[in-house]
Amino acid sequence: MAIEIEQPRVGLSKVAVSKTHGEDSPYFAGWKAYDENPYHETSNQSGVIQMGLAENQVSFDLLEKYLEEHSEASSWGKGAPGFRENALFQDYHGLKSFRQAMASFMEQIRGGRAKFDPDRIVLTAGATAANELLTFILADPGDALLIPTPYYPGFDRDLRWRTGVNIVPIHCDSSNNFQITPEAMEAAYQSAESMNLKVRGILITNPSNPLGATIQRSALEQILDFAVNKNIHLVSDEIYSGSTFSSSEFISIAEILETRGYKDAERVHIVYSLSKDLGLPGFRVGTIYSYNDQVVTTARRMSSFTLISSQTQHLLACMLSNKEFSENYIKTNRERLSKRYDMIIKGLKKAGIECLKGNAGLFCWMNLSPLLEKPTRESELALWKVILNEVKLNISPGSSCHCSEPGWFRVCFANMSEQTLEIALERIRKFMEQRKRN
Amino acid sequence: MRLIVPLQSVVQGRGGLIFGSLIPCALFYFLQLYLKRHRSPKPQSNPPSPTTSSPKLAEMTRTSSRSNLFSRSIGQVRISSRAISIAKPNESPYYIGLDKASEDPYDRLSNPDGVIQLGLSENRLCFDLIEKWMSENLGHSITGRDNGELNINGIATYQPFDGTMELKLAMAGFMSHIMGGAVTFEPSQMVLTAGATPAIETLCFCLADQGNAFLVPTPYYPGFDRDVKFRTGVELIPVHCRSTDNFALSITALDQAFNQTRKHGTKIRGILLSNPANPVGNLLSREMLYAILDFAREKNIHVISDEIFAGSMYGNEEFVSMAEVLDSEGFDKNRVHIVYGLSKDLSLPGFRVGVIYSFNENVLAAARKLTRFSSVSAPTQRLLVSMLSDARFIEEYIKTNKRRLQNMHALFVAGLKGLNIRCADSSAGLYCWADMSKLISSYSEKGELELWDKLLNVGKINVTPGSACHCIEPGWFRCCFTTLAEEDIPVVLERIRKAVENTTDLLNSS
Repeated sequence: MAIEIEQPRVGLSKVAVSKTHGEDSPYFAGWKAYDENPYHETSNQSGVIQMGLAENQVSFDLLEKYLEEHSEASSWGKGAPGFRENALFQDYHGLKSFRQAMASFMEQIRGGRAKFDPDRIVLTAGATAANELLTFILADPGDALLIPTPYYPGFDRDLRWRTGVNIVPIHCDSSNNFQITPEAMEAAYQSAESMNLKVRGILITNPSNPLGATIQRSALEQILDFAVNKNIHLVSDEIYSGSTFSSSEFISIAEILETRGYKDAERVHIVYSLSKDLGLPGFRVGTIYSYNDQVVTTARRMSSFTLISSQTQHLLACMLSNKEFSENYIKTNRERLSKRYDMIIKGLKKAGIECLKGNAGLFCWMNLSPLLEKPTRESELALWKVILNEVKLNISPGSSCHCSEPGWFRVCFANMSEQTLEIALERIRKFMEQRKRN
Repeated sequence: MRLIVPLQSVVQGRGGLIFGSLIPCALFYFLQLYLKRHRSPKPQSNPPSPTTSSPKLAEMTRTSSRSNLFSRSIGQVRISSRAISIAKPNESPYYIGLDKASEDPYDRLSNPDGVIQLGLSENRLCFDLIEKWMSENLGHSITGRDNGELNINGIATYQPFDGTMELKLAMAGFMSHIMGGAVTFEPSQMVLTAGATPAIETLCFCLADQGNAFLVPTPYYPGFDRDVKFRTGVELIPVHCRSTDNFALSITALDQAFNQTRKHGTKIRGILLSNPANPVGNLLSREMLYAILDFAREKNIHVISDEIFAGSMYGNEEFVSMAEVLDSEGFDKNRVHIVYGLSKDLSLPGFRVGVIYSFNENVLAAARKLTRFSSVSAPTQRLLVSMLSDARFIEEYIKTNKRRLQNMHALFVAGLKGLNIRCADSSAGLYCWADMSKLISSYSEKGELELWDKLLNVGKINVTPGSACHCIEPGWFRCCFTTLAEEDIPVVLERIRKAVENTTDLLNSS
């Protein structure tokens, strides 16, 4: 018998084999259940309804109408005269017309209360890349970023996986509607120090994911003061800024800087994207807006790994620089999201469920803690499994968002039709009734 | 004088203490008052503009915006060590030349004294074909009218990060076609990325840890220094090739480099190849591919084969892909990864379309997850599915492209020959590798860079010096000819001649 000599398996890197991509968490497990049995209005009415994906589908018709009426956006005009330059354009500065359109769109969203310089905009293929890129620039492997909980589950992967940077949570709880306090920030900082981790920055999401609420002015002032005090960076992920239900309730960190005469601005960086407000996650459009020249230059160079297709830049430059379109879109989108939010809150209330008072985003933060057997993470996950497998709804458990209080769930409402939302609410109502009876 | 006196009194102890401290304090106080009155006004409520007008060439010593003058923060906020090295002004002639050419670009009519760009391997020879296709087909390709109804849903929403199956299928077909149909590519083994640049970086993240290294034959594409090293912390170890055998790779050299590096305590994780080679333009023979695979198996390392110029052949040699060799022999496929993209063969660098093709399921699984950081934009995916599936167009494009490449290459190389400048033997790529060593003042990198500078600033042509490509022999330059029209060639040759007018060897037959 021949002796089998086993060939040594060729090795992979630590990054490749690490679990930091986090795809084993319940956040993603629920998606699997949905993929295997997706709800469909006609062909699969008993399937799982996806309420774990923060996607905005309520305003597609506005986009379609624009594209229908403006073929030059998708075709470079008759005979395609601008096509050649566009197809060759791979400059990491990005199309000037697109940067200008993005700057102006960001200003419109903030009601003109802050100004943006197109030369400070760095383009990336999505906010995911923007957040990772900033982390590479602001922190070294082994350093730490402070992030208020609950936070978007994707941060664990996006900010830590390839960068080697740690996340230290700033614990927030329902006693004050999960607002960020100076005490909580200080506690997190101390916690990092005690673990010998150098804190390089604080990253906030405003409006918050998963809370669905904007951060108040006073809190923003305190957060900026904290960053100045500790001489660290402040990253404000404002990806949902255009998804606030009323224009006046969102206050951007840019406005705070404006009132302070841009003092201490060099530590502030804003992340934005068109994936949520414009409902175009497939286009892969993200931006870093930094008040720090060194960060702008470095981010631009690093963006070579994540450039936006020049075709897409051209299309969006046309669309967003059309003031008539952009103003109408922002206004209409807000109204529709607000209406959806009211619908889901009313529906949940009828079922006896309370939510955190929200004013933005594509989701609500639902409180099911009264239903838990015990106020533990295990109880929460058990309840989540029941909702996934019996009620057939994929919602995101608070523990996947690192929420320190068990029993909270994020429920998305903008990625489906109104009819589907009604059905989801009906299922919840039935479930709650059954629970009451037992 | 007046200041000294009180201090003298202090020293001599005659009531000078009061004067000694009072007068300097008073002077200091008045100085403050003067400065306060003449201080510039507080900045307007406008966001600070970047302090340099051309940030690409930014001098990084002055980094603060105006408002920092009034900041009371203790120190400047710090950026990471990774970022600091990237922020430094780029000194490589590769990038400096590109910048200069883009600031003052040559145009036959509107800017005849501008810099002629021969440093960017871009193919402009067949845009007329693509433009024609666009104007005939574009209306329906982006937004995808289903039954006449505009439907953005298909491209707006989240797509699989590693590319749609439709595009993978179309790419697999295209890649197979340009490689002469000798190999079939499986869409399920493909991961699409926003260009070949992130494809290379992603593979490095998957195959090597920080501090590890890849062997890379020289001369190599200057961009590899960025793609491989910037964020991964992985090193590149050059394996030098020489003109005596037309810069062919030798296994002996690979072996030597491997052993040397291991002695220094660095772990080699793989070999990074370009085939067709950039900047030389030669091909790896079938035998050499076998030899490389044997070497890789012996050392248990990976092989990355960047085949981005596979469809830019002008010579008569046959291109053999790593995939083709693997198909035919019993090699361990798990260590081979191919990189491709549409920037060169289809002239669409702006659209950002790259491919990682691997036979290793674990690498594919990791790479797929990493594409969330660099995905192909959905409207572009849809456009390309349409274009790549148009068999008649692709057939015509490939044929015409090859013919025009052959033509330009022949004209350009003959032109250089007329100036007594020989080029290395090459069969592919958008450039030729020219030997200008006889024209440099001293046979050294310094001499080479002096010539490069003369060509750029006197001759007004941008070419890439061999040192930027880590070539061990000075005097070689990469000249891309696919950004030119035929009429431009005599202009280029004349400029070279003018730039080196004082050098004796030029125009004398050897």
